[in-house]
Amino acid sequence: MAITTQDPALAAEEAVEASSGRRRRSLPPMTLKLGVGLTVAGAIVLFGLVGPLVVGDPSAVSDIGLSPPGPGHPLGTTQTGQDVLAQLAYATRGSLTIGFVVGALTLALSAFFGVVGTFVGGWVDEAFSLFSNIMLVLPGLPLVIVISSYVPQKSVWLVAVVLAITSWAGSARVLRGYTLSLRNRDYVLAARVADERGWRILAVEILPNLVPILASQVVFAVIFAILGEAGLSFLGLGASGSFTWGTMLYYAQNGLALRLGAWWWFVPPGLLLALFGAALSLVNFSIDEIINPKLRAQTRSQRKRWRMTREQLHDADEVTA
Amino acid sequence: MRFVLRKAGFYVVALWAALTLNFLIPRLMPGNPVDIMLSKLATKGPVTPATRDAIEAMLGTDTDASLWSQYVGYLQALAHGDLGTSVAFFPAGVGQVIGQTLPWTVGLIGLSTVVSFVLGVGLGMFAGWRRGSFVDNLVPAATMLQSVPYFWLALLLLFLLGSVWPVFPLSHGYDVYTFAGPEPTWAFVSSVIYHGTLPALTIVISSVGGWMLGMRNMMVSTLAEDYLVTAEAKGLRPRRIRFAYAARNAVLPSLSGFAISLGFVVAGSIVTEAVFSYPGIGSALLMAVNSNDYALMQGVFLVITLSVLGANLLVDLLYGVIDPRTRARS
Repeated sequence: MAITTQDPALAAEEAVEASSGRRRRSLPPMTLKLGVGLTVAGAIVLFGLVGPLVVGDPSAVSDIGLSPPGPGHPLGTTQTGQDVLAQLAYATRGSLTIGFVVGALTLALSAFFGVVGTFVGGWVDEAFSLFSNIMLVLPGLPLVIVISSYVPQKSVWLVAVVLAITSWAGSARVLRGYTLSLRNRDYVLAARVADERGWRILAVEILPNLVPILASQVVFAVIFAILGEAGLSFLGLGASGSFTWGTMLYYAQNGLALRLGAWWWFVPPGLLLALFGAALSLVNFSIDEIINPKLRAQTRSQRKRWRMTREQLHDADEVTA
Repeated sequence: MRFVLRKAGFYVVALWAALTLNFLIPRLMPGNPVDIMLSKLATKGPVTPATRDAIEAMLGTDTDASLWSQYVGYLQALAHGDLGTSVAFFPAGVGQVIGQTLPWTVGLIGLSTVVSFVLGVGLGMFAGWRRGSFVDNLVPAATMLQSVPYFWLALLLLFLLGSVWPVFPLSHGYDVYTFAGPEPTWAFVSSVIYHGTLPALTIVISSVGGWMLGMRNMMVSTLAEDYLVTAEAKGLRPRRIRFAYAARNAVLPSLSGFAISLGFVVAGSIVTEAVFSYPGIGSALLMAVNSNDYALMQGVFLVITLSVLGANLLVDLLYGVIDPRTRARS
């Protein structure tokens, strides 16, 4: 029934991929966007991993408050003479921890409610869908604020769990849409007819096709979590006694860094936050372009450069014939 | 008809869930609001058992009553519009506090959301129409601005335009030294506009990229449809194809996103109002959190939930009208 019109670019790409081995298909093509995104994100992760081992105690106070960047303190000091670079290293580690914990929790929750529920179908699907829709319309940040205000001593884990609980619903809905369309594909029906067990169809036939969308949802969840935690900490409602980019900004704001012009205190954490978010968005763009090839920025001049070999034209003729 | 009933049923369930959550959170969380308030009072002077009873009665956490009868009482009070008494703004009622702060939030954040949407969708349409053009190259830059944490952007702008070059005032919704309170004079209105410009600017800058990207991508997808080729083949003018054929269909998802973001106007105001000390409902929520004002917290959360639910209901009903495919599918 379905007429498959072969996009010349896709055909060419597939031909290249087929010739260079099958494994390449599962990896995204390395574009400039993806390269820059991965490099910047990787550098920040490395800083969060290694930084705290190199720098001194972030809480150690000294009598040189609010000194601008100089020898001894590459990024200056805070109001109470704490080294900004040391704080930044620990804050990077704290923020990234929250981001990855929330990313993992969101992945588990949204995959369970979005994919498993939809695959099982029937009333389970209805119930799961209703539940995630309700969670979706409940406003996240105010709920987090209200919940966290009831707990005076918050650990980083509690904040991460609360952020995950309020943020999984959106990606569950996206996953549900994709799973719905996959569930009724011919090859899944064939697997059912072949009497494959349910979990095997789910794990082998359906999940691999959801990997790009899952990856993009996780990246989005990590950005959301880090920004959400920063907002929460900035309002003074974050985890107590922890170092994150948000708490640094909170102390900078309360220490009147803005009015005193202490830019070295409030610019670095915000800049890292922005850089990390931007890097992850770049990675997400690349994933989106894999899912939806229409989004690839092809200008007319690029399209003119497409050439097909005689062999490919011959193959294409056979496909359409 | 079945479509409307189904949707209405969902919203009734969602509203009930939100109300129940609102009721349960204070009772399930480890910190008991009564104990927290008593320990605060105890630092100022001795606390008698009578005080404890009074606070319990005020918060409605009467420990003698069963959870179920408390729940029924809570729903009854809500049905009568009784939200309780605020502690932070004592003796004002919660309803009164919300009534005073809500117009500020709706005015500032609502207007900026509209401006941002119109600007973003317009630019996104041109970016999608002329892929690879100057406007299209602006999209990644505008999206980068979105990953900048909003409050940091706001702080930077406040630092640059408030402290370094004092173009705009640093805080408050109007000139608090000249006016005792809101008054219907032209001077007051211009003061409000002057104070609101910078917060509005920060909101537009940080949110316009999302609208642009969404509209651009939908526009690109729509332009690849067969009926656009037909329209071109018919020899229609590009202007007509762009607006009546492509943009009109491409704007649908953005429109539903817009209605939802209108619902999140109240919820999204918290950080903005914290940065600019704006007298809106977000500041009231923060004030409530910092002074353990549980009645006010619940009240504000209720308003936020209601506005989000209302906006979603509007989208669903509107979508059924403008896009008949949604009705057919459900």
